[in-house]
Amino acid sequence: MAKVFVIVEQRDGRLKKSTFELLGASAAAGNDTHAILLGDGVADLAKELGAYGASKVHVVQNASLKNYTAEAYCAAIAELAKSVGPDVILASHSPTGRDFMPKLAAKLNAGLASDCIQLGFDGGKLKVRRPVYAGKATVEVEFVGSGPQLATVRPNALGIPKPDSSRSAEIMSFTPSLGDLKTKVAEVVQGSSARPDVTEASVVVSGGRSLKSAENFKVLEEMADVLGAAVGASRAAVDAGFRPHRDQVGQTGKVVSPTLYIACGISGAIQHLAGMRSSKVIVAINTDPEAPIFQVADYGIVGDLFALVPLLKEEFKKTKEH
Amino acid sequence: MNIYVCIKQVPDTETKIKLNSDNSGIDTAGIKWIMSPYDEFAIEEALRLRDKNPGSTVTVLSAGPARVVETIRTALAMGADNGIHIETPESADNNRAAKALAGALKKEPKVDIVFTGKEAIDDGAAQVGQLTAEYVGIPHVTVVLAVEYGATSLKCKREIEGGAFEMVETPLPALIAAQKGMNEPRYASLPNIMKAKKKEVKALKESDIGTSDADQKIRYKNFQLPPAKQAGKKIAGDPATQAKELARLLHEEAKVI
Repeated sequence: MAKVFVIVEQRDGRLKKSTFELLGASAAAGNDTHAILLGDGVADLAKELGAYGASKVHVVQNASLKNYTAEAYCAAIAELAKSVGPDVILASHSPTGRDFMPKLAAKLNAGLASDCIQLGFDGGKLKVRRPVYAGKATVEVEFVGSGPQLATVRPNALGIPKPDSSRSAEIMSFTPSLGDLKTKVAEVVQGSSARPDVTEASVVVSGGRSLKSAENFKVLEEMADVLGAAVGASRAAVDAGFRPHRDQVGQTGKVVSPTLYIACGISGAIQHLAGMRSSKVIVAINTDPEAPIFQVADYGIVGDLFALVPLLKEEFKKTKEH
Repeated sequence: MNIYVCIKQVPDTETKIKLNSDNSGIDTAGIKWIMSPYDEFAIEEALRLRDKNPGSTVTVLSAGPARVVETIRTALAMGADNGIHIETPESADNNRAAKALAGALKKEPKVDIVFTGKEAIDDGAAQVGQLTAEYVGIPHVTVVLAVEYGATSLKCKREIEGGAFEMVETPLPALIAAQKGMNEPRYASLPNIMKAKKKEVKALKESDIGTSDADQKIRYKNFQLPPAKQAGKKIAGDPATQAKELARLLHEEAKVI
């Protein structure tokens, strides 16, 4: 059994699903799972964490933790780690986790395995596998030397456990002495889109250059809205200016692993496949029967996306209503 | 200003990855090596900052085997002034590379700002920038799309999830990790390629810095290629039939909607 820290991620008072995945995986392995909840005025969120597998919740509050900064997070977590002594520290490979975990690793003189897609425990030690070359290969990570073992885990890679409301965690508060902080977040500018991020969504609908224009992505957006999906794009579509880079899926964009990935008019360049091949179910719609995307697709339709997608939207709507 | 850029040499994105015989790494034979694409934005930002501040220099650093000097030359051809190569083994992890880079930076008389790409596209770990900053003792801001430069501080637009941004303020010196879209990187002109051949690339060994195998924190082993996917189902018929059948399969067979 290992003593595991799971760094809780919340934004605007809402816990992220990826936190539940980490708690579930740690608890299922029988670990002493400590959820570390950082922020200001976030104590109310602590209760929910027990149901997902936390045995203890450390509520770490300070005005400087209201808006995330790597500096404040690392100072607080390192201080708590020194008193509690975790064997393992886990965070999501999210814009937040990937930013602060390397700094924390340096502070704790620890090794860090980033963006893991498999996570296990072996006699209190972490056993993880991660992609390299954007998923063209995967590797097992061996931690060498002493110190805690750190890992960030790709959202959606582990699956969300069923909450068990009969379980509750012991809730403790911790007041960090943060000292002088150099950096601060002056403002968080919200995105205009109500859609989920491609890296977090459980369904992603992506379009390629065959969409022909930015306006035509509306066809995909309408279907995505029925599915509660994010809208992604190939590099070709982003380079053509149809979508912003933040929506790009592939080796030079985001790497995603949703439950369902629907590729519309994407031929499947090697660098795109690298970014989405770990999706659980892949659907490809393309006019070219020889397109490489069909080699990774579980379900393929050779056809025109402009004819199919509006029909699919209606079919999905019916399925959802039943 | 003394401006530094940390870059990494990586296999081209079109590379088909093959494993070596004992699965302890990849077969590097025949690989076309390029500069990690995000580093190009870092270099461009550094060059623009230099040109706005007369008397400034841009120094490019890279840690890796002897072949990475070629990528340092590419950066010099884009317009960087100096290069530093720290020779580290192929198997060096992020921590060891960052310690090498930080060690080289600490040998410099003064560091005002360090740029790098938000991640390298080979390992994709997104660690070295933050580790280097911590070992140099300066703050970092990653995934940066725009910087407002003040005399002693910076205001950075950092991309987060869902199309949102954080406006992060940091004093100088600091390390900035560039996101695609920060600028439009220039191509090297022929005269600059010729000039780059004459520019100095300082060669450092790990022993000059004091890093070694002891700085290795993780090792990659048991490389695997993704399992070959079984041929998927092709759905035939007219569009209406195809749409109906796909929705049914996703609901009843795959159980994902």
